[in-house]
Amino acid sequence: MAESSPSLSSSLSPAPVRWWQLRRSESAVLRALGRSLTVQAAVLVLLLLCGAALFTPWLALQNPFDPAGLELLDAFTAPGQAGLSGATYPLGADEQGRDVYSAILYGLRMSLFVGGAAVALSLAIGVPLGLIAGYAGGWFDTLVMRIADVQLTFPVLLVALLVFGIARGILPESYRDEMALYVIILAIGLSEWVQYARTVRGAVLVEKHKDYVLAAQVIGRSRTGILLRHILPNLLAPVLVIATISFALAIVAESTLSYLGVGLPPTQPSLGTLIRVGQGFLFSGEWWILLFPGLVLLALALSVNLVGDWLRDALNPKLQ
Amino acid sequence: MTARDAFLKTSAESLLIDPILRVQNLGVTFDTHRGPVTVLNDVSFEIRPGEILGVVGESGAGKSMTGNAVIGLIAPPGRMSSGQIFLRDERIDTLHGEDLRRLRGKHIAMVFQDPLTSLNPVLTIGQHLIETIRQHLPLSERQARQRAIELLTDVEIAEPAARLNQFPHQFSGGMRQRVAIALALSAEPALLIADEPTTALDVSVQAQVIRVLRRVCKERGTAAMLITHDMGVIAEAADRVMVMYQGRVLETGPVRQVLDAPQAPYTQALMAAIPALDKPLRRLPVPEVGRAAAPALAPAAPAKPSSAQTLVQISGLSRDFDLSGSWLARTLARQPKRVLHAVQDVSFSIARGGSFGLVGESGSGKSTVARMIAGLTRPTAGRIVIDGHDRWGDPASAAALRRRFQMILQDPYASLNPRWKVGRLIAEPLEVLGLSHSADETAERVQEALRRVRLSPDDVRRYPHQFSGGQRQRIAIARALVSRPEFIVCDEPTSSLDVSVQAQVLNLMKDLQDEFGLTYLLISHNLAVVRHMCDTVGVMQHGRLVEVGEAQQVLTAPAHDYTRALIAAVPDMRRARTD
Repeated sequence: MAESSPSLSSSLSPAPVRWWQLRRSESAVLRALGRSLTVQAAVLVLLLLCGAALFTPWLALQNPFDPAGLELLDAFTAPGQAGLSGATYPLGADEQGRDVYSAILYGLRMSLFVGGAAVALSLAIGVPLGLIAGYAGGWFDTLVMRIADVQLTFPVLLVALLVFGIARGILPESYRDEMALYVIILAIGLSEWVQYARTVRGAVLVEKHKDYVLAAQVIGRSRTGILLRHILPNLLAPVLVIATISFALAIVAESTLSYLGVGLPPTQPSLGTLIRVGQGFLFSGEWWILLFPGLVLLALALSVNLVGDWLRDALNPKLQ
Repeated sequence: MTARDAFLKTSAESLLIDPILRVQNLGVTFDTHRGPVTVLNDVSFEIRPGEILGVVGESGAGKSMTGNAVIGLIAPPGRMSSGQIFLRDERIDTLHGEDLRRLRGKHIAMVFQDPLTSLNPVLTIGQHLIETIRQHLPLSERQARQRAIELLTDVEIAEPAARLNQFPHQFSGGMRQRVAIALALSAEPALLIADEPTTALDVSVQAQVIRVLRRVCKERGTAAMLITHDMGVIAEAADRVMVMYQGRVLETGPVRQVLDAPQAPYTQALMAAIPALDKPLRRLPVPEVGRAAAPALAPAAPAKPSSAQTLVQISGLSRDFDLSGSWLARTLARQPKRVLHAVQDVSFSIARGGSFGLVGESGSGKSTVARMIAGLTRPTAGRIVIDGHDRWGDPASAAALRRRFQMILQDPYASLNPRWKVGRLIAEPLEVLGLSHSADETAERVQEALRRVRLSPDDVRRYPHQFSGGQRQRIAIARALVSRPEFIVCDEPTSSLDVSVQAQVLNLMKDLQDEFGLTYLLISHNLAVVRHMCDTVGVMQHGRLVEVGEAQQVLTAPAHDYTRALIAAVPDMRRARTD
């Protein structure tokens, strides 16, 4: 047997397995990182942005939420110039004399949180529904998929507006501003789950007829065990791709909702609110109020997508 | 005229006729980022008019690559690194663009493996044929239609005029492949390349396709290159054989000479590794290149004195599938219930330590029987009793049986979860069946199972895709062995493997049976494999068991007509062609 001949001698005295050998696949993920310059740049940008969001209170020059700290006199100071009060604004100041650099940091923090939480929520709803619908079939499948079809006929923003409106109606007035953040996460999360459910269901329909599922059934593994341990890991790639795209979409959706005035209150600016504010000044020459938050949003969405693509390939054992 | 005279005559004739295809010192190289990899090395051959050259070899030997190189279809990063290809003394490997496109189809045509995907499902057979004919020959619509009818008649399609207006899905697999041959011949090509044309077909259909292919090539004087891994097909169809291994030609010669008295050691070993219907061996020799064929092994011992003890008893097993629509739709359309009787009243028993072979065409219900024994499909009627426990009786006995039963599936590429490492795959039965009490015990038993199938204990950390097909099937066997079962159902365990790997796997299965006293139910369409492995054989047709008996008896002196037809249809490389 040519295939196994090198191993016959070693098979008599099996070498103990060491923990660092077990972790070889994880280091393979990192090795794959070393190959592409684009991915390295994307990871660097994403780490920078996340770090900036994490350490915002120490990096920001002022707290844009504190009206007492703002210099109204410095409104519309151009980037890199000193305002009338003597303070320097690296990326300029907006119409209230807010430092754009500090506002971007706080806005980035808010956007990342909204995007991440919304994706987590739609994952938590969509993936289990898709798994069960695809594997069990029958009336549950029909029910979930018809609901998904109906929801797909409405634009994402309309669904978000609907959820937002209902939540506003239910919540007492004193809580509205406080709860706005969670309502917007709920609104975006509920409008995006359809993508996950449909994709996961389709992939389950393909995977469940493969022989490895049959092999697991033969030894009597339960349906839940087959779904979670065998089928779910094989769905990682499509789910990861949608997650990265919808993360960027969630940030944009939040911006749009905030732009429409139903999102976050002006006291809690996100990148979207900053862009909405900046848009008003684009034609009057104060370009920096729009440009810098826009660039940060672009860098964030692009790097998340690139890193997501790379992760999908790196986590596939066949491509290592 | 003696055979020798005939041979001299044909070789004298063939010297007079110029070859249609001449390939000289063909080399193909792939430029990878790790440097160039040579996949074809110094391949030279000729094909004369009306001659069928069979190209055989294991997967990865370069058979299909040779065919693709002739038609100019090497995909980048591959390139032709050396050699010349001539079609009727015209050099064709230097052609490109419009010239190459005209060469394909008009002068060289191809027939592919899967006739379902090579025909466009939205075009009728007539549209396929007429369009191709008119593209290459200056004929009117009516003339082309007439020619299409003649072509279909030629490939033995009944009622060709009516059939022209039908779509590919209205044809059976064998008919589709014959239509594909007609399509390939429609422009009167000088050379026909058929890449595994019968691999996707059932045995009984395969024979007819081979016969048609052979006849049309002889009648038209078309040269043909028949690429296949099946020695039986070669014996039935080819005039000369070229044996390839790892991108090189090992041997070329007249078909009977290569099959009966192979020169190259590898070919000798390869021929010996193929199980024969009439000459069962205890073990199959495993070919290894660079080593002479193993000395003739002792023939199989006469059937073991079978212990009277029965392990598996199957009685009156039936399974129906309801194919009709939903209750409401059926009632509204006033349709009767449509029921498929997949398995009808099947009864047999397997002795402890014995092997039972279940044979039949696809759709005969073999796999449904296996699924019912495995506990995956509930029988409509009948009982499966394994060592006193009813398979579909109370849940307690079904659970008890799970520990004593295992299954090996056909395709080792699909039956191992690609995201799991080998160690976890093999340990899964222990975990699910609760057979292991500690992580150390699990690891110990996984290592032992790996040793049993001659794999390295270090392999637990690798993923399935890092192994070859034969190694993967051994992983699947290790997984089946780890729970120490008594009874193993093998559903086509070697049909996706090469001949030499098949020999390894079959030997391993026999060794394990001797060592652990395993009982096998082997399901296969390959009669020779069943003959090699089993003492008792059951033949299934349309869901019924038409013949059961000792393997020797059933396969050498079949009592039922269907068994006789099945055995006659198997292309046997040891049987001389009669035409």
